[in-house]
Amino acid sequence: MAIEVRIPTILRQYTGGAKVVNGSGDTLADLLADLDASHPGLRGRLVTEDGGLHRFVNIYVNDEDVRFLGALDAKLNDGDSVTILPAVAGGAA
Amino acid sequence: MLTIGRDILDAIIAHARRDHPDEACGVVAGPIDSDRPERHIPMDNIERSSTFYRFDAAEQLRVWREMDDRDEEPVVIYHSHTATEAYPSRTDSSLAGEPRAHYLLVSTRDPDGTEVRSFRIVEGTATEEPVRVVDASVDPAAVTTYMFGQSPAAVDYECPAGR
Repeated sequence: MAIEVRIPTILRQYTGGAKVVNGSGDTLADLLADLDASHPGLRGRLVTEDGGLHRFVNIYVNDEDVRFLGALDAKLNDGDSVTILPAVAGGAA
Repeated sequence: MLTIGRDILDAIIAHARRDHPDEACGVVAGPIDSDRPERHIPMDNIERSSTFYRFDAAEQLRVWREMDDRDEEPVVIYHSHTATEAYPSRTDSSLAGEPRAHYLLVSTRDPDGTEVRSFRIVEGTATEEPVRVVDASVDPAAVTTYMFGQSPAAVDYECPAGR
């Protein structure tokens, strides 16, 4: 099973500079655990200590925001494409 | 240093004024590694707040994908502060996720003037940089048309009239 994962600039320090890595998993949670084995530290930037997805990271499966697909429970299939983008946000305070 | 065209800067300021008192936000894309902001992309602030901004996730994917297809990167990421100075807040600095971008802050707190300042934000630390505004309407490479009797060093007879 191969899932293509596109990595944003700010997280490429965990993938040896790679823009795209491959992983496997039936759910997003499984995929992130799989990726963390080969790219330690990556999962820690995406999942909080509470076990939920980091609020200011956007993850998409085949261009759909995983927030609408069950977040970490989002189902994945062979050949899916996952894209990670840091949210662009800020405020006055 | 951020080098930016007058026309693009004016468009960013106009966007900030239009959305005031909500924070406005957007991107200026440019060819990868060029450090030239060339294509202004105003973004929707889904927070619609006077104290917070956030790009809509689906729109951000579309814009980032489009930049990738065009071999561009976000050269400038801008947003406005509507009641405070044009300086990155703690939130701005901690959330900045594009280390190669120039973070442009626009303050619309004064109705009579707009404050614009630029910063590099890397690993949560903001460092201010100068902004150099270039006027693209004065193109040093343009052929200047001279009337006879004025003093070019050479006259280009191949130059089409009016150019």
